[in-house]
Amino acid sequence: MDKTWNNKAWFMVLPVLLLVAFSAVIPLMTVVNYSVQDTFGNNQFFWAGTEWYEEILHSDRFHAALGRNLVFSFIILAIEVPLGIVIALNMPRRGWGVPVCLVLMALPLLIPWNVVGTIWQVFGRNDIGLLGHTLESLGIKYNYVQNPLHAWFTVIIMDVWHWTSLVVLLCYAGLVSIPDAFYQAAKIDGASRWAVFRYIQLPKMNRVLLIAVLLRFMDSFMIYTEPFVVTGGGPGNSTTFLSIDLVKIAIGQFDLGPAAAMSIIYFLIILLLSWIFYTVMTNYDAER
Amino acid sequence: MLELRDVSKVVGGKHHLSDISLTLQHATLNVLLGPTLSGKTSLMRIMAGLDVPTSGSVWFDGKDVTGIPVQKRSVAMVYQQFINYPAFTVYENIASPMRVAGLDAKTIDREVRKAAELLKLTPYLDRTPLNLSGGQQQRTALARAIVKNAKLVLLDEPLANLDYKLREELRQELPKIFAESGTIFVYATTEPHEALLLGGNTATLAEGRITQFGPTIDVFRRPDDLITAQTFADPPLNTIALAKFGKAFQLEGGVTLPVPPHLADFADGTYTIGFQPHHVETTRAHPDEIALKATVTATEITGSESFVHLSFADARWTMLTHGIHIYAPDEQIDIFIDPRNLMIFDAAGNSVTRGQKRAA
Amino acid sequence: MARIDLNHIRHAYVPNPKSDKDYALKEVHHSWEDGGAYALLGPSGCGKTTLLNIISGLLHPSHGQLLFDGEDVTNLSTQERNIAQVFQFPVIYDTMTVYDNLAFPLRNRGVPAAEVDRKVKETLEMIDLASWANKKARGLTADQKQKISLGRGLVRSDVNAILFDEPLTVIDPHMKWVLRSQLKVLHQRFGYTMVYVTHDQTEALTFAQKVVVMYDGEIVQIGTPEELFERPKHTFVGYFIGSPGMNVMPVEIESGAARIGEHQIQLPSPAAPIGGKVELGIRPEYVRLGRLGMPVQIAKVEDIGRHKIVRTRLGTQEIAVIVGEGQEIPAEPHIAFDPKGINIYADSWRVGGN
Repeated sequence: MDKTWNNKAWFMVLPVLLLVAFSAVIPLMTVVNYSVQDTFGNNQFFWAGTEWYEEILHSDRFHAALGRNLVFSFIILAIEVPLGIVIALNMPRRGWGVPVCLVLMALPLLIPWNVVGTIWQVFGRNDIGLLGHTLESLGIKYNYVQNPLHAWFTVIIMDVWHWTSLVVLLCYAGLVSIPDAFYQAAKIDGASRWAVFRYIQLPKMNRVLLIAVLLRFMDSFMIYTEPFVVTGGGPGNSTTFLSIDLVKIAIGQFDLGPAAAMSIIYFLIILLLSWIFYTVMTNYDAER
Repeated sequence: MLELRDVSKVVGGKHHLSDISLTLQHATLNVLLGPTLSGKTSLMRIMAGLDVPTSGSVWFDGKDVTGIPVQKRSVAMVYQQFINYPAFTVYENIASPMRVAGLDAKTIDREVRKAAELLKLTPYLDRTPLNLSGGQQQRTALARAIVKNAKLVLLDEPLANLDYKLREELRQELPKIFAESGTIFVYATTEPHEALLLGGNTATLAEGRITQFGPTIDVFRRPDDLITAQTFADPPLNTIALAKFGKAFQLEGGVTLPVPPHLADFADGTYTIGFQPHHVETTRAHPDEIALKATVTATEITGSESFVHLSFADARWTMLTHGIHIYAPDEQIDIFIDPRNLMIFDAAGNSVTRGQKRAA
Repeated sequence: MARIDLNHIRHAYVPNPKSDKDYALKEVHHSWEDGGAYALLGPSGCGKTTLLNIISGLLHPSHGQLLFDGEDVTNLSTQERNIAQVFQFPVIYDTMTVYDNLAFPLRNRGVPAAEVDRKVKETLEMIDLASWANKKARGLTADQKQKISLGRGLVRSDVNAILFDEPLTVIDPHMKWVLRSQLKVLHQRFGYTMVYVTHDQTEALTFAQKVVVMYDGEIVQIGTPEELFERPKHTFVGYFIGSPGMNVMPVEIESGAARIGEHQIQLPSPAAPIGGKVELGIRPEYVRLGRLGMPVQIAKVEDIGRHKIVRTRLGTQEIAVIVGEGQEIPAEPHIAFDPKGINIYADSWRVGGN
């Protein structure tokens, strides 16, 4: 009796297993296959072993792009997480303001990546763009096409505008689940605003914050569309992130082997960093 | 007939249920009594078919139903939370299981009205659950469970979220409602008092084991072992360790008493005695009653009765007596216990006085 | 600790209340003694939580004033009122240790470290958690968490009152006894002013020196447990307190006796004729079941261990009787009313009796 029950259960999971196999496992294996071979077209493959991996790992170009990615993700997390928490803390808990705020917050999330890029591309132009033009008239020579600093500034602002909402919504969900009694008890105990945040709100937001940090890290580390649309990786290589570089190698130069090796390395870095984030945050949680 | 044979449930290496064997007859009310985490809900989930036991089997009317999921069994459940369809009226809520079963409109109408009458919901049939009081919401959930005409109805602390007085009313009505169907009712509660008011049979649970099963009042009066007696006592059972040497009882704390005549046959050794708070008196009714001196820690008065919290050596006792008795804290008082009301448990916790006749 | 004066307090949740019906809390005007233990008892929706929230400062009353030791605190915030509160569900700072939980309210108020340590250790002893001081608060059982909530109030020497909002809801029956008696001991020893909200009569009666029975936004009676039991001012109090509640039956008063159907019951004090709806109330504890008195039918016997509840029927009137554990139920049952337990009500309010 027990057995049939279990077999049936496996049968139910089968579609998902197939789906995951086709969407993730098989493509990944194909990439692994490319990464250890060399090809000159015509479907001719030569065994290359770890050659591409060594080449990528020793390439200055890869190091530079990786460095840019790490700096970018760090800045993004450093801005979006605190900002998201602050906004969530200041959102109304009840009344008509709640749906209004939620819709406003959700708006940027509903816009496709390439549209976001285009919006900011236009927004930042100093002839017709509101941002560019305003800065120009204030006497700041703003030009994201030529000034690497301005390009970075634009990409970061754009990402903050696009994704802080996600952190806000997750934190807000965590905050509204805190019963009123906790706030009342804190008032009675004479707790300061900071103490309420530190000992009630932050611990209760812990879980959602972990999700927010992981999502934002993975996403920002894989950023492609927006800088591709706005800056095209420039000026120079100043906004060429790993993903942009990868596309250049794979499609621009058609170096499939090195591109595949780079993909695998890229994938492993994300996996490793996400795992570190996860362990550090959950351990911290358990310790407390 | 619902039969559990050696049912165990292990989750993540922890034994939630161990070796449970239990037979429940049709048209009976069965109470599962035990504290939080004693396994009541785990056991109900297995009875319902929401969970599969790790080992052992579940039989219903002579058929093995162990792996059969809840949808294919004839089961209704009522939970501690008031679970109704918020968008439906009370009428539609009660009708819902019959609509699923595909009964004709006339039968549904008749059954809904009958159940509503039984549970005093007739004036509220057109309201939605959110416009009802907690008691009425739970009545709706109960009515839905009843019209389903299930062979097994499981109630998991259904009155826990209700006001004290509402609980009292529903508790009084429930046995009547149960009596009218041929269903097996299983009712989980943490409160000994509730088990006694409901009557029927009681199974006491402690740490995932059933310690005793039988008619409620018998389990209360004649527990097989110490853990059952403790589970089924409110206020908590008074206990103290005791050693018997020949004709003397020596209580923990040094007091020595002569062995009461009806206990003379016991082997020498160490025992634990237990006695109910309402069997402790402040006046001596018989000359052969045991007299002890205890220290008052606190007195609680309910209007007609007094709960006096006592300390005796290292033991904490409660006395429940009629009338108002106000004692100062730390006051030494004389207490009397009829030896025939003592329950005596051996070192393994098994009752050695179970067969004895008790004092009136 | 402080005396609490409730000066003509009324509260409505709706703006611009017009009739009495709009008030969740109708006129409350009472004075509660310093060091008293009060319980607010009533069914849900009776206004007891509203009253508690007014005392704690969570709600500002629509009318009236609240005084602590004669000082008007109506417009003060919760923080400024110096009160402590234990909630229905345990509120603890679960990232802190037990010790830090207790130290928290003191540290927030800038109490010197040595004083904090002394007070916290003292309080840990009081609530029996000394050996748990360095454990994380999150791993504790519900009853221990409630003790921490209480401890955070006890640790402060400046609290005016300790408020309890159904604090034993999530506690198992056995632990309820232990917690209640500990609370009682703490009150006896340290004389805190305590206000305890509950719907559970046993909790209210055993906890309080004075029980405040509320019904439909009004206080119907304030009294000692004994007074509420013996002489309920209103039939609601009779019904709400005691399990089962008081038997209430319509009667006619004629020349010093009450008449139920064809039966005459002599009243202890000669009562003048009363107008309105006249009822006799008697608690099941004061109804004697035996071979003398009024013949009844027995509808049901509930054996609840330490006594039996016998549901009898006198004509169409249901009368509950409590009989002792070993007492026999006679074959031809009769009931008699103990004159001590008779109360007479006119339009639900008590007008006479013992």
